[in-house]
Amino acid sequence: MAIFSAVISVVLGLGVSFLIFWLLNWVVEKTHDKTKARLLPYVFLLPVIILVAVFLLYPALRTFVESFMEQSRRRGEGAKFVGLDNYISLFTDPNFLSVLINNFLWVLVVPAASVLIGLLIAILTDRLGHRREQSFKAMIFIPMAISGVAAAVTWRFIYFYAPPGNPQIYLLNAIWTRLTGNDPVTWLTIDAARLNSFLLMFIGIWLQVGFAMVLLSAAVKGVPEETIEAARLDGASERRTFLLVIVPQIRGTVLAVFVTVTIFVMKTFDVIYAMTGGQYNTSVLVVDFYSQLFSFQNPGKAAAVVIVLMIAVVPLIIYQIRSYKSQEELR
Amino acid sequence: MTATPTPLVKVKRKTKDRNKDGTVREKPRVLITIIMGIIAVAWLFPLLGILITSFRSKADVDASGWWTIFLDPFGQDWSLQAFGDAWVALDAGTTFWNSAAVTIPATVLPVMIAAMAAYAFTFLQFRGKEIYFAVTLALMVVPIQIAVIPILQLFVWFGNATGIPIIGQYPAAWIVHATFAMPLAIYILRNYMQTLPNSLIEAARVDGASHFQIFWRLVVPMSVPALASFAIFQFLWVWNDFFVAYLFIQSGPNQVLQQGLYSLLGQYGQGWQRVAAGSFIVLVVPLLIFFLLQRYFVRGLTAGAVK
Repeated sequence: MAIFSAVISVVLGLGVSFLIFWLLNWVVEKTHDKTKARLLPYVFLLPVIILVAVFLLYPALRTFVESFMEQSRRRGEGAKFVGLDNYISLFTDPNFLSVLINNFLWVLVVPAASVLIGLLIAILTDRLGHRREQSFKAMIFIPMAISGVAAAVTWRFIYFYAPPGNPQIYLLNAIWTRLTGNDPVTWLTIDAARLNSFLLMFIGIWLQVGFAMVLLSAAVKGVPEETIEAARLDGASERRTFLLVIVPQIRGTVLAVFVTVTIFVMKTFDVIYAMTGGQYNTSVLVVDFYSQLFSFQNPGKAAAVVIVLMIAVVPLIIYQIRSYKSQEELR
Repeated sequence: MTATPTPLVKVKRKTKDRNKDGTVREKPRVLITIIMGIIAVAWLFPLLGILITSFRSKADVDASGWWTIFLDPFGQDWSLQAFGDAWVALDAGTTFWNSAAVTIPATVLPVMIAAMAAYAFTFLQFRGKEIYFAVTLALMVVPIQIAVIPILQLFVWFGNATGIPIIGQYPAAWIVHATFAMPLAIYILRNYMQTLPNSLIEAARVDGASHFQIFWRLVVPMSVPALASFAIFQFLWVWNDFFVAYLFIQSGPNQVLQQGLYSLLGQYGQGWQRVAAGSFIVLVVPLLIFFLLQRYFVRGLTAGAVK
């Protein structure tokens, strides 16, 4: 019966929205010509304005206000204003500071590594024939189609721990015990030097390299052949040609990919949550938001965590708008 | 995925096969092929692990690592049992359709709504247009978490006020996914619509067509490549999403596949082969879409960042 109710709700949902389209159309057709011209853009924008205002801007504002409130533990009692208490208790909590460090490392390591590996693959495959290039790229790209939970399943087979004496069926420990002869290690609980976080970041890199590769490969192909030929004629080595001719010409793409992967990293929840649940010092802001909200039942503090996250993404917003403006000027 | 507004690809270079000095290039190419082969195999190695594990028996999985099959492929107890078990454990007969019921409207709605907005941003004049568009760009970066608590409260309030519960139903996920897809969708579609010939739209105006007619009959059909590539993205994104489903669908009759997989992951004590087979069941749709529509998918990636 699941298929039945699924089909019905899909039809209903789409039907209602097409009805809205039709209604908007009808309203516009009925109005006078003068008001029509002025009203029309807003009719086209109306669905977006409603969605964004009700489900994004208003909630964002509420979250901001709520970050200064403390919900009463008793039912039916409202929240009370506590000023900066939520923020103070966050920033004096060593756990939260460790969350910030993790998040900082994720943002630093994953985009940089994705860009570097993606660029390496883009350049290597660029020298191959079309067929081989396409198939290698498709293989590297596959992890992008995978959900965070499925990625977590995949990597548990590598990082998990079987006690000594048992068959080592997890890859990393199998290699470790074979090579060193030591006992297997619980990799995901070791937070010394953030080892476990780095192991999780590796999954993030694995997921993102495909994206970086596709864009960087397109950019590398966009470098005019003449500039490369000219450098070769001048006797420049492959490496110098790459560093001094190709890299400067794809700088814009590199930056854009870096920012895009950073935005993705800021939102990475599924992988970490399904691997460790944020325990053993592997949490980042979006996971900590979840634990504050549900595990600790503290919406005020959860709201404060999001506001911290929001402040952290402000530079990215500025970058977005700036690069858009410079692009518009080029037009 | 989110894309950034920087021109990424400017010039096309067609001379792919640099065969000007012929045989000299052959040698490094063999080397590069080998290096790339190693990288590609290493990249797919983790996935190979779950694929192989899902065809093994519990006894085998517990006794030896999946890579041992390469040494002794015929001494294994191969079976399809895990897929049947995982199908039951995932409750895939229900969750699969739930995933479809969440994903299809959550893909179609934002595409249509964003296309209308993109049309307004491209072809209509109104005050504050630049500012609205800058806001759209800024919202592309805003994390969904900022809205989660108030939206939950709003849905609860709506349920209490009208007696119609939203949380746990498909529309809750549609609304949230549609809203947060909006900025990127508008951005991609507007970029595409800007490349459409303005003269064509002008001509239609002169012939007395209304903006709605132009939108439906002219701009939407001409924007199909951009609409398709964004739709593929959004489909994969929603199908693979766990967070929104976990919060807004919650466990219950409308659970989606990713939630089923998450609880299956917690039962790995009953055998990894079930978990592995379960992930493959969950992966089938995205992988199919990926392989069948790869061209659009890749074009969409570049289109997101290329004007």
